Amino acid sequence: MFENLTEKFEKAFKVLKGQGQISEINVAETLKEVRRALLDADVNFKTAKDFTNTVKEKALGRDVLTAVSPGQLMTKICHEELVELMGGNEAQINFQGNPGVILMSGLQGSGKTTFSGKLANYLKNKKGKNPLLVACDVYRPAAIDQLHVLGEQLGVAVFSNKEEKNPVAIAEAAIKHAKSNGHNVVIVDTAGRLAVDEQMMEEIAKVKAAIRPTETLFVVDAMTGQDAVNTAKAFNDRIDFDGVVLTKLDGDTRGGAALSIKAIVDKPIKFVGTGEKMDALDVFYPKRMADRILGMGDVVSLVERAQEQYDEQEARKLQKKIQKNQFDFNDFLAQLQQIKKMGNVKDLMGMIPGMSKAMKGVEIEDDAFKHVEAIIQSMTPLERENPDVINGSRKKRIANGSGRDIQEVNKLIKQFGETKKMMKLMSNKKNMMNMMRQMKGSGMPGF
Amino acid sequence: MGLFGLFSKDKKQKLDEGLSKTKETFLSKLARTVVGKSKVDADVLDELEEVLISSDVGVATTIKIIDRIEARVAKEKYINADELQTILRDEIASLLEENNTSDAQFELPVHPEGQPHVIMVVGVNGVGKTTTIGKLANQFKQMNKSVILGAADTFRAAAVDQLIIWSERVGVPIIQQGMNADPASVAFDTLQAAKSRGADVAIIDTAGRLHNKVNLMNELGKIKRVMDKVIPGAPHEILLVLDGSTGQNAFEQAKQFSLATDINALAITKLDGTAKGGVVIGISDQMKIPVKYIGVGEGINDLQAFHKKAFVNSLFGE
Ligand SMILES: Nc1nc2c(ncn2[C@@H]2O[C@H](COP(=O)(O)OP(=O)(O)OP(=O)(O)O)[C@@H](O)[C@H]2O)c(=O)[nH]1
Ligand SMILES: Nc1nc2c(ncn2[C@@H]2O[C@H](COP(=O)(O)OP(=O)(O)OP(=O)(O)O)[C@@H](O)[C@H]2O)c(=O)[nH]1
Ligand SMILES: [Mg+2]
Ligand SMILES: [Mg+2]
Repeated sequence: MFENLTEKFEKAFKVLKGQGQISEINVAETLKEVRRALLDADVNFKTAKDFTNTVKEKALGRDVLTAVSPGQLMTKICHEELVELMGGNEAQINFQGNPGVILMSGLQGSGKTTFSGKLANYLKNKKGKNPLLVACDVYRPAAIDQLHVLGEQLGVAVFSNKEEKNPVAIAEAAIKHAKSNGHNVVIVDTAGRLAVDEQMMEEIAKVKAAIRPTETLFVVDAMTGQDAVNTAKAFNDRIDFDGVVLTKLDGDTRGGAALSIKAIVDKPIKFVGTGEKMDALDVFYPKRMADRILGMGDVVSLVERAQEQYDEQEARKLQKKIQKNQFDFNDFLAQLQQIKKMGNVKDLMGMIPGMSKAMKGVEIEDDAFKHVEAIIQSMTPLERENPDVINGSRKKRIANGSGRDIQEVNKLIKQFGETKKMMKLMSNKKNMMNMMRQMKGSGMPGF
Repeated sequence: MGLFGLFSKDKKQKLDEGLSKTKETFLSKLARTVVGKSKVDADVLDELEEVLISSDVGVATTIKIIDRIEARVAKEKYINADELQTILRDEIASLLEENNTSDAQFELPVHPEGQPHVIMVVGVNGVGKTTTIGKLANQFKQMNKSVILGAADTFRAAAVDQLIIWSERVGVPIIQQGMNADPASVAFDTLQAAKSRGADVAIIDTAGRLHNKVNLMNELGKIKRVMDKVIPGAPHEILLVLDGSTGQNAFEQAKQFSLATDINALAITKLDGTAKGGVVIGISDQMKIPVKYIGVGEGINDLQAFHKKAFVNSLFGE
């Protein structure tokens, strides 16, 4: 849909060619695109409207000619504005106290119990704390068992009382228990509740008043649509939470709810959930989220990580080798290792705009390159430098040495040949444009 | 006027005011805006756009609906508020796929040789699969049908316990192999039990999974294939549960689950909240899959057969 907003902008800006400035008239088309992109990403209707108005104000009168391109300028303005709206840098949570008390809140199924476990794990392992998990969901079938299973898995104590039906009483007893048992952080899991459920909202307000948490978190599913603002506002009005946890970001939702919530309650997003496992917790990066909402992929992080790993001298040497058609298996191996250093391959692919869609249905193992490496490592130095010498008997030896079958060796050698050709072509800018065009047409083999 | 009359009324309203404004129903607003005018104007269509987008109907489907309305309005020239309401409801309802038993109550199809009807329930994490199964089992039990549940979510902490509690509440048997068992094997056992006990219906719970996780989606295919071996043609119904508060991502969920398992029925949960579940209109329209059930609470009786008219009305706050 909106894999590349910049491209859309370029189209919308065609009318603009020859005009020196962004004006009310020529920006209208583009703003529609922006607005649609936001709505497709589940940004709230009103938030999207406000946002486009702000962007319009910032864009009006900006000099198009000095910008790299009008589309890029608009993308930049949108992106900057989004990042700013979503809040400066990652916010910390407050778990200091005797004990520190963290209260979870949110709709049914948003991920409160799972996140309670993740947070306990994080505080235990990363912050050297001795947490206590508290089961205050007295309604959902097996909610208490669920928390116990997680606690056991993590080696974290869980406080519960199946006889007690009043969450306030459980929470209070838990704090006492924590004090006398040396737990310095208490994490209170609560039942899911709808903002319109007066009785349940009253209940959590009472729990909050009774235990006075150092941190109250609102847990929200990243796939939430337009209703996110209603719910966030109602919870905030009632319990004045300190921060937001955005869960299930390992899905492919654009997560516009994050922007809407920030805009309406102005509370920082403190953590994100990126999986069902107990270590799938991350701090929130406004820049990444802005990219995601605009459908730009995580370009910024990708560029940053690539820069960290990029060795200029190495790169220049490689460039020369490619131009001279001397790129060999040693270079190939080095490149693989470079990519691996940058992190999990799947994560990386997901960061490239358009790639996450193209990669759908392709499962990349984290150790996707393991077999390839094994094969190359079974080659002699001569073979690595001069792949042309690899004949049938050499292939057999390589296959034996690497424990892979001969077809796989053949495939790799063939792929290497193609890569080499492609790289040679790409090293020439004009060729590269042609090639991109070709690849687009052919649906790009391999990846 | 296009879809986005961005500059038609550029009054910047604070989000706060806007929110309380949405509490007024669209139809009452509609009546108000139309007072003194004899035809639908751009303002009314703007408001309609807002109502639909705010209900998660999505841009593409909203454009479709508004185009249809505009076409009708152009043809009939003068339309008053009452007529517009009727047209509006008709147009939206027509996008919602008919299920074969058109707005039926709960019903169980009969299969050759008295084979049990098999329902497999799938969906992303936390949407309400297990709860919906409990409620559905209860509905069938009330109809004097014999029900058997299969606990094939062996992954999420205490998932089996949760379904056991539901089976006890409803008073129906459950087949389970505990946590971490092979889900396909649980499904196999459940269907064999259903067959040998002559049950009317077997309902299989599965673990929540995000639709972009290829391995987990493939696992569903495996569970499904195993069932077909016990009862040819099973599962007869593959029910995708969607959370009513989910936004446009529900489209992708429907697409991917459809690719993996040929879902043929939808359930929308949590419609007792403020979310409208409008995304299902576009899904049902594009994918031709009927909505069968809606969840309206956490209690055992909080499941309803889907009624198009009532659903469309609820979009407009009635
Ligand atoms: N993929 C993914 N799944 C998640 C994430 N967080 C939670 N889940 C899953 O979402 C489902 C619901 O999570 P819970 O922790 O039970 O949600 P809850 O808010 O406690 O639910 P209630 O107590 O019923 O209101 C479970 O299947 C979790 O495994 C996440 O970040 N990614
Ligand atoms: N208000 C409301 N809550 C619901 C409804 N359906 C389910 N829930 C609640 O949503 C939460 C999650 O429901 P589950 O049935 O555990 O969801 P699930 O899809 O089985 O979750 P996983 O197995 O973890 O993926 C529970 O707290 C349910 O009580 C509904 O129609 N309305
Ligand atoms: Mg819970
Ligand atoms: Mg479940």
